[in-house]
Amino acid sequence: MADEVLRLENVCKVYNVGRPSETEVLHDIDFALEHGEFLALIGPSGSGKSTLLNIVGLLDRPTSGRLTIKGEDTSLLGDAAITHLRGHTIGFVFQDHHLISAFSALENVMMPLLADAGFPSPEITKRAQDLMARVDLEKVAGNMAMNMSGGQQQRVAIARALAMNPDLVLADEPTGNLDTKSADSVFELMRQVNRESGTSFLVVTHNLDLARRCDRIIEVIDGRIAH
Amino acid sequence: MNRWLPFEWIAAVRFLREGRMQTLFIISGIAIGVGVIVFMSALLTGLEANFIKRVLTSQPHIQLIPPDQIARPQRNGPKVLEDAIVQRPSQRVISIDQWLKIRDRMLALPEVTAASPTMAGSALAIRGAASRAISISGVEPTSYFKIVRVPDYIVSGEARLTNQDIIIGIELAKDLGAVVGDKLNIQAASGTTMVLTVTGLVDLGNKGVNQRTTYVALRTAQSLLGVIGGVTTIDMTVQDIYAAETLAKLIEASNHVEADSWIVTNAQFFTAVQAQEISNTMIRLFVALSVAFGIAAVLVVSVIQRSKDIGILRAMGTSRGQILRVFLLQGGMLGFVGALLGSAMGAAGLIYWHSAMRLADGSELFPLILERSLFIDAAVLATLTGLLAAMAPALRAAKLDPAEAIRG
Repeated sequence: MADEVLRLENVCKVYNVGRPSETEVLHDIDFALEHGEFLALIGPSGSGKSTLLNIVGLLDRPTSGRLTIKGEDTSLLGDAAITHLRGHTIGFVFQDHHLISAFSALENVMMPLLADAGFPSPEITKRAQDLMARVDLEKVAGNMAMNMSGGQQQRVAIARALAMNPDLVLADEPTGNLDTKSADSVFELMRQVNRESGTSFLVVTHNLDLARRCDRIIEVIDGRIAH
Repeated sequence: MNRWLPFEWIAAVRFLREGRMQTLFIISGIAIGVGVIVFMSALLTGLEANFIKRVLTSQPHIQLIPPDQIARPQRNGPKVLEDAIVQRPSQRVISIDQWLKIRDRMLALPEVTAASPTMAGSALAIRGAASRAISISGVEPTSYFKIVRVPDYIVSGEARLTNQDIIIGIELAKDLGAVVGDKLNIQAASGTTMVLTVTGLVDLGNKGVNQRTTYVALRTAQSLLGVIGGVTTIDMTVQDIYAAETLAKLIEASNHVEADSWIVTNAQFFTAVQAQEISNTMIRLFVALSVAFGIAAVLVVSVIQRSKDIGILRAMGTSRGQILRVFLLQGGMLGFVGALLGSAMGAAGLIYWHSAMRLADGSELFPLILERSLFIDAAVLATLTGLLAAMAPALRAAKLDPAEAIRG
């Protein structure tokens, strides 16, 4: 238990509760993720993977059941505490990278640190530059996010996810929009971060080859964990 | 990134900069709105100041006159009227009872800036074969000229009034064929005649007034009109011209005189000034409303366009309060920058209008009044309008569900 970053117990998610269109998307989800673990979440489209990822990422709340992050029961937390926990514990990597186009690549990496500190500082800039170097993009750090290739943008997104030195990175099909070479490179980068920093990863993917290179695979079918 | 700027400012500026065209259009819209407000306000202030200056420096703010003489019916016992019809008496030229005491009492009032006694009546001005009916104002030059700036209206000669002097209107001078230095025979209704020397010609801006007006020394008028030591009016100026009517009512209530304020004697002019102010306020209000709706519309669209960015920022740990401030600041910045540009546009328009629009004699149509407070007020109000207009979109942005926003 002490090494667990994440634990879900009997987590259910129902949309449109009490309405004719009521839909139960997740049923009694139980699993835990240990510190430093690299877990793949696979399953067909519409199986509830993204909903599960949103719940784990504290972007959505379960209808019932318990979600514990680093031993803290999140059901007892208010909106401000959830935001704080999410900002300090969880990093996100999305399929479409979702970089903010108004900022340069380096500034995108600085964003989580800036939102937390309130004001820019040399330390924040240094941390972002180090992360850009870590994802091998220090030479294009000043480029606007939208002027980079898909693979580069995803690398920036990974650097941004690591900015707050989170315990857990949630990646929603991070290689889904990349060619094989870029996908392999991005996946290898995440694996490397995982090995070097001990950051836990929960990666949603359709790519079974990549899933097999993870420590563990959980398959979600029709809102239930298959194995 | 400027290290002195907080996160919210940085994000707000970047969002506005990225949506260049959108930002440019809305700032232009705000600038035009603010420009119209600044232009109209300054123009109307100038015109109003000009009107008021013209009207209130050629007449007193409050004039005290003796109460009307009333004929009282004789009675032949209690509740019995002798005559059913009582003829209204003619109003003789009479003096204000105890005018010296009343004048001193008026001068002691903090609201009163000047008070001067006047002996007014009518007479005939005769020069050779020409004669004209005139109204005579007998005044104490030192105190009266503080109330009616006769020296400012002198177009020929000087504003000198000794016992043998007379200042006349330019039209009257034309009718009588008189110039400065000529002598006039002034004949009162009682038959008293005096020979006075024309020392100055005045132009009070109105042909009718210039045909009748004459100024003489107070003692001269008293002798001519047969009211030795008396005065028919006490003319006054007050601190707050718009409070003149209230003060007149108070004076009337505590003294045995009638008090007419310029508001009553110039009712039409005052109504016009008020109508102008109301219409100006209405125009400003509607322009401000359209500016506010413009800002709100742009920010609502911006929130929709940026919903994914908002979702990402929320996922990264940005609080609802920070998101709210990012959009409020955008509204405030749009209002402020628009106000700066609008103020410059309004001032430029006003300077151009002032130089282009001239009266027939080449003098200015209105004084150019560009008060600093007008620009400060415009900037503060436009910024507040921007903040208020941004409130609804900012709340909407802050309440966005991050999961849904990211999903799009």
